[in-house]
Amino acid sequence: MKYLRDIGSYFLMLKKVFSSPTKGSVMKELIFKEIDDLIIRSLGIVSFISFFIGGVIAIQTALNLENPLIPKTLIGFATRQSIILEFAPTFMSIILAGRAGSFITSSIGSMRVTEQIDALEVMGVNSLNYLVFPKIIAMLFYPFIIVISMFIGILGGYLAGVYGGFTSSTDFILGLQDNFNSFHLVYAFIKTFIFAFILATVPSWHGYFMKGGSLEVGKASTKAFVWTSILIILTNYIVTQLLLS
Amino acid sequence: MIKVENITKQFGEDEVLKGISTTFERGKTNLVIGRSGSGKTVMLKCLVGLFLPNSGEIFFEDKALGEMNNEEQNILREETGMLFQGGALFDSMNIEDNVMFPLRMFSDKKRPELLARVNEVLKRVDLENINKKFPSEISGGMKKRVSIARAIVNKPKYLFCDEPNSGLDPKTATLIDNLIQDITKENDITTIVVTHDMNSVMEIGEKIVFLKNGKLVWQGDNQEIFKTDNTDVTDFVYSSDLFKKIRDIQLSEN
Repeated sequence: MKYLRDIGSYFLMLKKVFSSPTKGSVMKELIFKEIDDLIIRSLGIVSFISFFIGGVIAIQTALNLENPLIPKTLIGFATRQSIILEFAPTFMSIILAGRAGSFITSSIGSMRVTEQIDALEVMGVNSLNYLVFPKIIAMLFYPFIIVISMFIGILGGYLAGVYGGFTSSTDFILGLQDNFNSFHLVYAFIKTFIFAFILATVPSWHGYFMKGGSLEVGKASTKAFVWTSILIILTNYIVTQLLLS
Repeated sequence: MIKVENITKQFGEDEVLKGISTTFERGKTNLVIGRSGSGKTVMLKCLVGLFLPNSGEIFFEDKALGEMNNEEQNILREETGMLFQGGALFDSMNIEDNVMFPLRMFSDKKRPELLARVNEVLKRVDLENINKKFPSEISGGMKKRVSIARAIVNKPKYLFCDEPNSGLDPKTATLIDNLIQDITKENDITTIVVTHDMNSVMEIGEKIVFLKNGKLVWQGDNQEIFKTDNTDVTDFVYSSDLFKKIRDIQLSEN
């Protein structure tokens, strides 16, 4: 019963997010601030993780190639497929559910605890539009992060594969180009947009509707991370079933 | 003037406000007092529209809040200022932007014009040269004054204060009380202060409404409260030794 009520409350929140818009000049500033907080400031961790995971994928693929009949181009191919199809869009989103999601929940939750949300409402501001809408718009730039993740992940795979002595540069690049299906990129970016919406709204719901004091802000952040991750994994399965099977 | 007619508010089975009726007059500092859990803050939140009463009506200058359309409610919001217990300043904005926020929401004027008004109200609350500081960099008393500045920057007709001097030293608390009273007189506004601080009652209580367990049990001013025989009020007023001694002195003088 509680879950049904929470789902209803989430959709009612979404309805209110898109009503009674905040003044344009104020909203513009909020959107730029959110792009900085959620997108630009995530680039460091995204690049770091992508680079080393790309490298690990290349090394593990190479170490499992025991049969001499399997071409070394498979290392580049496997790195590309793993990163484009799953690692960059899905696992990077789960990592960002921890970074950006917790940030969203704790910042909105702190505003709830310190009555800043009440202050907005008393001033006649639609607090949901003011707080959540700019995050949704900022997350439209999320595919930009994923492109960076894809590029750096493959670069990491290339450097680990070639300079680790597992494959040649030519084989790796041939593998990257081998049997390339551009629809896989379309699939990855469709997923990315859905995950971006989940990343912006689910943590916002947990922060906005939290009750209690500062201890509960921490609990709400943890819950937000768990639920955002669960929703990303479930959505990933459904979208994959719909688009690739 | 704000008139409250028989408002009730329930949270689940718990009836927090039980049919409260009173009038808060313009140009006066109206105090709502009572022990913790008596329903003061819930009543204030009903008045500012954060809670919807289950029954009853609230009138702002004879216009019922429940019958106002969106445009009328927006105008009312513009005419309302509120000082929250913890200040409720926006952490991500500096003092200047905090005070400017209501102006930006309701006005299309350019920043230099808005800044002039911001500086004017900050000067009124005796805070100058802190425009670029953030809320985390100023003291509790300063936060309260910034919050008052933000509440009055739009020249409101109604000012609501939730425990304005809680957590402050006695001198700063008196300063805040006097500032609220002065602003009320200067601008001829209807001010409602929720407090359980007896010093505030003595200093600024031009009209006092006493709540107990969600019911209005007494109303009067800061002279009458020391003469009333209502045991609920006397239990509250004379709960400290200091006020008991004051009462004994008054009685012996009489």
